[in-house]
Amino acid sequence: MSLNRDQINSIAHLARLSLTEAEIPVYQDSLSKIVDLVGQLDAAPTTGVEPMAHPLPGLAQRMRPDVVTEKDQHELYQRNAPQVEAALYLVPKVIE
Amino acid sequence: MHTSTLAELAKKLRAKEFSVTELTKSLLRRVTAAQPKLNAFITVTAESALAQAAVADAALAAGKAGPLTGLPLAHKDIFCTRGVKTSCGSRMLDNFVSPYDATVVERLNAAGMVTLGKTNMDEFAMGSSNETSWYGPVKNPWDERLVPGGSSGGSAAAVAARVAPIATATDTGGSIRQPAALCGVTGIKPTYGRVSRYGMIAFASSLDQGGLISQSAEDAALVLQAMSGFDPRDSTSVDTPVPNYAETLNAPLAGLKIGLIKEFFDTGLDSAVEKCIREALRVYEKLGAKLVEVKLPALPLSVPTYYVVAPAECSSNLARFDGVRYGHRCAEPKDLMDLYKRSRGEGFGAEVKRRIMTGTYVLSAGYYDAYYLKAQRVRQLINQDFKRAFGEVDVLMGPTAPDVAFSIGAKASDPIQMYLNDIYTIGANLAGVPAMSIPCGFVRDLPVGLQICGPHFGEARLLNVAHAYQKETDWHRRIPAAYSKEVP
Repeated sequence: MSLNRDQINSIAHLARLSLTEAEIPVYQDSLSKIVDLVGQLDAAPTTGVEPMAHPLPGLAQRMRPDVVTEKDQHELYQRNAPQVEAALYLVPKVIE
Repeated sequence: MHTSTLAELAKKLRAKEFSVTELTKSLLRRVTAAQPKLNAFITVTAESALAQAAVADAALAAGKAGPLTGLPLAHKDIFCTRGVKTSCGSRMLDNFVSPYDATVVERLNAAGMVTLGKTNMDEFAMGSSNETSWYGPVKNPWDERLVPGGSSGGSAAAVAARVAPIATATDTGGSIRQPAALCGVTGIKPTYGRVSRYGMIAFASSLDQGGLISQSAEDAALVLQAMSGFDPRDSTSVDTPVPNYAETLNAPLAGLKIGLIKEFFDTGLDSAVEKCIREALRVYEKLGAKLVEVKLPALPLSVPTYYVVAPAECSSNLARFDGVRYGHRCAEPKDLMDLYKRSRGEGFGAEVKRRIMTGTYVLSAGYYDAYYLKAQRVRQLINQDFKRAFGEVDVLMGPTAPDVAFSIGAKASDPIQMYLNDIYTIGANLAGVPAMSIPCGFVRDLPVGLQICGPHFGEARLLNVAHAYQKETDWHRRIPAAYSKEVP
């Protein structure tokens, strides 16, 4: 199966990735090959087989009491942020 | 002192042959000398290493030392380290200084270990050759024209060159075992849920597991003991007691039933590598083990299964890198969409983008059932194969990789060829079972790894089986000639 340019552009948009013109044919080629590779799964008989999401079947996700366990460290965490003002993360204008 | 295993270093520190500070200084010299050749480190933490060494020396002098006090190690740069750059091999996190420690780091710090630095890796652990790192490829210490394997290539090269006596690593599809095999060192990927993933940067959350690359199974047992165990901060951490690995390390192997995975010997295996593996199996026979062939018929589908499941989980996990809260942000974004797209387009490398896009595709409307759900069903078949096999045998054995280390650049342009490198290792991740790779000989002067795989939470048995082989052989003590001498 071969993916076309439009499909690659649409996947890149869904994934929020900007691609250069030069990257598009590269991903067209490699993603098509990967889709062919995973196409091998079609032949496997899986009727009635329970899908496996993780390797620990029967293990329920643990719950914990809904209480605050972390102390406020926003200053420390925001040191890694590209742009902060008054303890808020800044992004380009969203609402006109 | 660099030729000593971790277990030997622990004895020598107690016998006062040298201090932790002397040992740390000597290893830091090795790190510096090897760096231009191997590129095994992204960050060297010399100052804090010497501070930890001083604390360890004081603990030893006061008789308050634990089994790991003063033993040096390196952490794969996927583990968050407080106050230290944690890049995950990506431009995206080149400017990220972690505000907290991963549980693994916290536990090993608390045990008194000395962190030499952070090792190089494939970007976000996606790769089998260490060529996808933003910081450049790691070289194989046995031949610097060759790859060390990946994604834990920096950890494997550092231990192989005896620059670090042991290193942490992670394994999502073979990222501990394949580089361990290609670099001639020991690697262990524990059971899914055995080692906390808290602070270990996520790639594929149902497959990722932290472990070790070491000189020997005995060394791995020592550190795994401190690393393992329940962590409430990881929702998939399993609350099962950690057995005392040292206690069973020397148990006799008489009566051990070893299953040889037929599918691993059928196709694609280099004939000289196969010969090497068969010779290793004879050592086990001499130790009283019984070999039987077992069939895992769904296992040949593990590569296609993995390349649906892993990219799907990766596309979801890596959505957090948005250029807003941390990580790379593009210059002068014109709107929010432009900020997201260019920050991610610039911050991620080619292979990471390929996997995010693959994952986005297989999870997109109309394709979910055909790809993702189908892969989850085949994953179940592979899981049942392992379960059935462990009903018949104690451990499974086979090669770790189809061939020895390959040239840098040889497979970089063909992702499928690169993916097939993990053909023997991915199954254990899909089923969540523990697996090791141990050095078992050389082909064309390059190391070969024997893979040993056990049932869920069978680490003690795996370490015992690997240690028994290492008592009979000295492959794990071989050091590349260029790194055998002391660095003055």
